[in-house]
Amino acid sequence: MSDATSQKIPVTVLTGYLGAGKTTLLNRILSENHGKKYAVIVNEFGEIGIDNDLIIGADEEVFEMNNGCICCTVRGDLVRIMDGLMKRKGKFDAIIVETTGLADPAPVAQTFFVDEDVQKNARLDAVVTVADAKWLSDRLKDAPEAKNQIAFADVIVLNKTDLVNKGELAEVEARIRGINPYAKLHRTERCAVALADVLDRGAFDLDRILDIEPAFLEADDHDHDHDHHHHGHDHHHHDDHGHGLKHYHDEEMQSLSLKTDKPLDPNVFMPWLQNLVQVEGGKILRSKGILAFHDDDDRYVFQGVHMMLEGNHQRKWKEGEPRESRLVFIGRELPEEAIRKGFESCIVS
Amino acid sequence: MKEFTPAPESASIVSVTDRVKPITLGMAVTSVHFLRDRAAFVGGEENVAFVDANCEITTVVVHSGGILSTASDGKRLVMGGDDGKVVSLDAKGEVTLLATDPKRRWIDAVALHADGAFAWSAGKAATVKSGKAEEKSIDVPSTVGGLAFAPKGLRLAIAHYNGVTLWFPNMAGSAEFLPWAGSHHAVTFSPDNKFLVTAMHEPALHGWRLADNRHMRMTGYPGRVRSMSWSAGGKGLATSGADTVIIWPFGSKDGPMGKEPAMLAPLQARVSVVACHPKNDILAAGYSDGTVLMVRLEDGAEILVRRNGTPPVAALAWNAKGTLLAFADENGDGGLLEL
Repeated sequence: MSDATSQKIPVTVLTGYLGAGKTTLLNRILSENHGKKYAVIVNEFGEIGIDNDLIIGADEEVFEMNNGCICCTVRGDLVRIMDGLMKRKGKFDAIIVETTGLADPAPVAQTFFVDEDVQKNARLDAVVTVADAKWLSDRLKDAPEAKNQIAFADVIVLNKTDLVNKGELAEVEARIRGINPYAKLHRTERCAVALADVLDRGAFDLDRILDIEPAFLEADDHDHDHDHHHHGHDHHHHDDHGHGLKHYHDEEMQSLSLKTDKPLDPNVFMPWLQNLVQVEGGKILRSKGILAFHDDDDRYVFQGVHMMLEGNHQRKWKEGEPRESRLVFIGRELPEEAIRKGFESCIVS
Repeated sequence: MKEFTPAPESASIVSVTDRVKPITLGMAVTSVHFLRDRAAFVGGEENVAFVDANCEITTVVVHSGGILSTASDGKRLVMGGDDGKVVSLDAKGEVTLLATDPKRRWIDAVALHADGAFAWSAGKAATVKSGKAEEKSIDVPSTVGGLAFAPKGLRLAIAHYNGVTLWFPNMAGSAEFLPWAGSHHAVTFSPDNKFLVTAMHEPALHGWRLADNRHMRMTGYPGRVRSMSWSAGGKGLATSGADTVIIWPFGSKDGPMGKEPAMLAPLQARVSVVACHPKNDILAAGYSDGTVLMVRLEDGAEILVRRNGTPPVAALAWNAKGTLLAFADENGDGGLLEL
């Protein structure tokens, strides 16, 4: 299976609000000396200076799938473009899809799970969101698209950090973390980020759902100045998680993490999860989980986008590895109590 | 429990595999069309390879990139490319540039009329060129998924998201819209001009009876329908997309309304391409495992043309007389069968 996965062409989705620096990042990726060829799918064909052989103009046509589920939308133009690109297999190593600043990343991502032909040839690698350190806090208040893009991201490139002071930077990071504590966050000026940090992330690869701890708990060398944040800003700190970071609670978009060290009953859990994403899939943007089932020596992993779920037994639990189940949901107005209760009912008593 | 496995050499069906002349094209192939009695295999990019009855291969460069769309009337091929060009290729191997998109957009769809008119689409715009008349264009609400000329008159069907636009290019303000929710790709008229059928993005066909625009839903496919072929006389529409050939009945005035399709030639593989014989009630079907069968429509009797064990069959066509069958898999390994 991993062989087939590795032969599929990786697709990076580049999102970000208007003016955040998407094109700068794109040009940086393309111009770096990596020896790789990219097919780049951009909106507004020919209007922005991108130096690449294979550029395809897209129309961002969002199509509803005709199966009655409202949030199951795909990018019709991408289906068509992917079909055409597959005739030129071997001419490029990876695909980058740049969306407009106002785009919802979900239909782009869903295209890679819903469409049989697209899925056969390509795999979604990660959603990379470029955010403007100076203006993101404002946009999160007035632009729902900006919030969506942060919530959906696997990687966030917090750009233009040279235009803000330390306090403002801490503020905008805290706002990002209030929505999405799981994405990898990189602070940049002019999108100067190592390509390995944005490409080949395997964010949708079940085999690479290794750790779903919040990213800011990791020892990340970019984050060495985090310690300073909470000293002067304790008035923002209204949670009791005990990790000492400034914390914003976004009223609308949140993440919810669930954890238990007791085994789950797969016969209860699976229907519960299926039902949850069917009923609340419009609100749940992303979901991920590593699960320990009762009487099962294999760990089970899943990931989802809105109503779409994919999961599989991943590998044997290692000796001495704590058999914990962990789930993460990122979404809008999540019914936290109901989700927590439902999850608890899946625990084998 | 006892298991029954037939011996591998026991021929369960008639085979003509030993009569097939093998062809190795050495390029990815997406379709094949006969121009006179030469098979023209269309490559994924740049080239068309002519193969004559002696399996001599002559390659012609037609595009400077991917070849996205192809149509043929038996005399010439019209192709659209990701180089923004519409070109034609005749039976002698001569390439003619027919049109260039001013913005070099992809030419997603092409269609060819029996009287020589041709049409192409780029983005939301479909354009028709008929004889010496000027090009005429129409914009539809979303990107064009497929084009087809009606068998009678100069009328173009333009498939797109949420329906089909029917357009008489020579009549002002005459576009008619046939709505149906969802994304419509390939489109085809029945040879008697009574029905219009689209292959949708979801695994289904949708049809309209043109007399009253009544809907016909043709569903139940496990996969998207990428190949459709009208049987001789237009009595049935054979389709890919399932692990049998699905043939919808269009012989009566109600078409397939309220009727079950015929399901022939079941295999443990998905039908990837179908081609009905131009004169007799037989068809050829290619499968995702490389198998090619000839199937009699009347009783489903099968003849093996090619064994399984290769990439999916991508190209399959009869010559106009129905005496030659050409096929190739995605990698360009194929054959020519003389009947």
